[in-house]
Amino acid sequence: MELFTNQILAGISTGAIYACMALAIVMIYQAIDHLNFAQGEMAMFSTFISWQLMQWGIPYWVAFVLTLAFSFAAGIAIERALFKPLTKAPILTQVAGFIALYSIINSCAGLIWDFTIKQYPTPFGSSPFLGSQLISTHQAGMIGITLLMLLGLFFFFRYTRIGLAMRAAASLPESARLVGINTSWMIALGWGMAAAIGAVAGMMIAPVVFLEPNMMLGVLIYGFAAAVLGGLTSPFGAVVGGFLVGVFENLVGTYIPGVGNELKLPIALALIITVLVVKPAGLFGRPIVKRV
Amino acid sequence: MSAAEEVVTEGQAVEAVPKRAMTLGTGTSLTVLVLLLVIPLLVKNFIIFQMTMLLIYGVAVLALNILTGGSGQFSLGQSAFYAVGAYTSAILMEHAGVNYALTLPIAGLICFAFGFAFGQPALRLSGVYLALATFALATAMPQLLKLGYFEHWTGGVQGLVVTKPDAPFGLPMSQDMWLYYFTLVVTVAIYVGSINLLRSRSGRAFMSIRDNEIAASSMGVNVSLYKTLAFGVSAGITGVAGGLGAIAVQFVAPDSYTITLAISLFLGMVVGGVGWLPGSFVGSAFIIFVPNIAESISKGLSGAVFGVLLFLVIFLIPHGARQIAIVGQQLAGRLRR
Repeated sequence: MELFTNQILAGISTGAIYACMALAIVMIYQAIDHLNFAQGEMAMFSTFISWQLMQWGIPYWVAFVLTLAFSFAAGIAIERALFKPLTKAPILTQVAGFIALYSIINSCAGLIWDFTIKQYPTPFGSSPFLGSQLISTHQAGMIGITLLMLLGLFFFFRYTRIGLAMRAAASLPESARLVGINTSWMIALGWGMAAAIGAVAGMMIAPVVFLEPNMMLGVLIYGFAAAVLGGLTSPFGAVVGGFLVGVFENLVGTYIPGVGNELKLPIALALIITVLVVKPAGLFGRPIVKRV
Repeated sequence: MSAAEEVVTEGQAVEAVPKRAMTLGTGTSLTVLVLLLVIPLLVKNFIIFQMTMLLIYGVAVLALNILTGGSGQFSLGQSAFYAVGAYTSAILMEHAGVNYALTLPIAGLICFAFGFAFGQPALRLSGVYLALATFALATAMPQLLKLGYFEHWTGGVQGLVVTKPDAPFGLPMSQDMWLYYFTLVVTVAIYVGSINLLRSRSGRAFMSIRDNEIAASSMGVNVSLYKTLAFGVSAGITGVAGGLGAIAVQFVAPDSYTITLAISLFLGMVVGGVGWLPGSFVGSAFIIFVPNIAESISKGLSGAVFGVLLFLVIFLIPHGARQIAIVGQQLAGRLRR
């Protein structure tokens, strides 16, 4: 029984990483209605920026805020420069655009900061949290930040005019345009916010997985899985999905014999697909009603 | 949240492509075929090998095109079917001593069954959810091939070495050239077969599902049957491509069939034009040659150069090579007048 609770705790702490990433993914999905394959790389690049700022002697929280501002601006710039011209292109072409962006960012980060693994500082320290060996203060802090972001987003979308406008632009663009919402800028704003959330996720994840250009690959896969599991329309679902995926993955690794690190991912994905087959819109997603 | 938000007229993920716009005219097709027949006689063995790979990947992209462009389903799992085909051929050739040509239909059949079976649970999923499911298949496949249980057959992480076939009947040809012509025959057969498939009753059923699933089912199309059938056919063709690939590369190993391969095939389809079958080969040329070009432009930044080139292509021709072909046809039509 103790093994079981410990594994669940460990699962929750890795799950926090996935939850962070899933939140960023859901954000951009809400704004542009696609999964952005380059999301992880954008987050990685932001994390490198903050690392560089800290190398120049800027304190953590100042670097944190500067990085958020940079990511927000960069997200908007990418949307304006690269994806706005593609608005009318077929969806699959846009997906190819995401893959191209992925390749560009990854390669540039590799050239600027090379592929060696770097330590990344944590603002929360890494001593055991409340006497538990499995969750460190950093992981607890990460969970806290994730929940805080979730709360912030909830209020933003629920109670601000601009949040409402963004939701409107995402769900019914034409009607939104008719009531005077600038849908094109709402999409750009969505990109900016997603980039900023991704940056937070990256800065939280980096102390755990260490900083290098490919650090986000695994995280992104689990993040997608978490977002899809929780339901792509629900930020809350994404966070829950993140924790669930973390716990799944840990329990599978512990209790199913012969499952090494390599088989963890396929089995976790298989479980998620099983859930999806039963509940195709994800656990907390709203099913979309189709009209002929 | 208002009720209006929940009712969404489903945006079409894949554009409707009319049947006639899916192929090239007879004249153009024959010219291309003649070129494909003659060029190998004039170039070096390495280029012949690359052309063989171009045809093989072209077939794999074509298979994805039938699935996505034909029936409107999205797949990131093509590398898994490709791997199964490659391993089937390799194991049959090396362990059972079956003739290489005979392994291809077997690989195709096994992959068809595999794809058909996978299509069953995938029926309930669509769009990104289907993408995730197929993606899971693609990530799982290399790990499954490495498993200890199958090691006797698959060679585990080491993979299997495949012997390259000689030209039969004492034909005076190098192995590469023979393999090229062999691949060309298989490719042409699959290409013609695919075109006929899409022109048939089943092809129309695929396209009706792509264009509007609900309308298709109310017209009496058995949606679940045709969706799984599309998966099966696509997997089967990919399997044949995989088998050919194993013979051409002379080597199969789990790490050759990762998600990167599936993504390349996807890019090939987009660049070639979704739903335009001849474009598959243009797309295949893109995924074979452009990474090399990028590497030669800048070693350190090859990924970035590749990304920029890809962006250029999708900016200039968002509908893929099909767009060029359509413009070309219009020009030709105007000249004739």
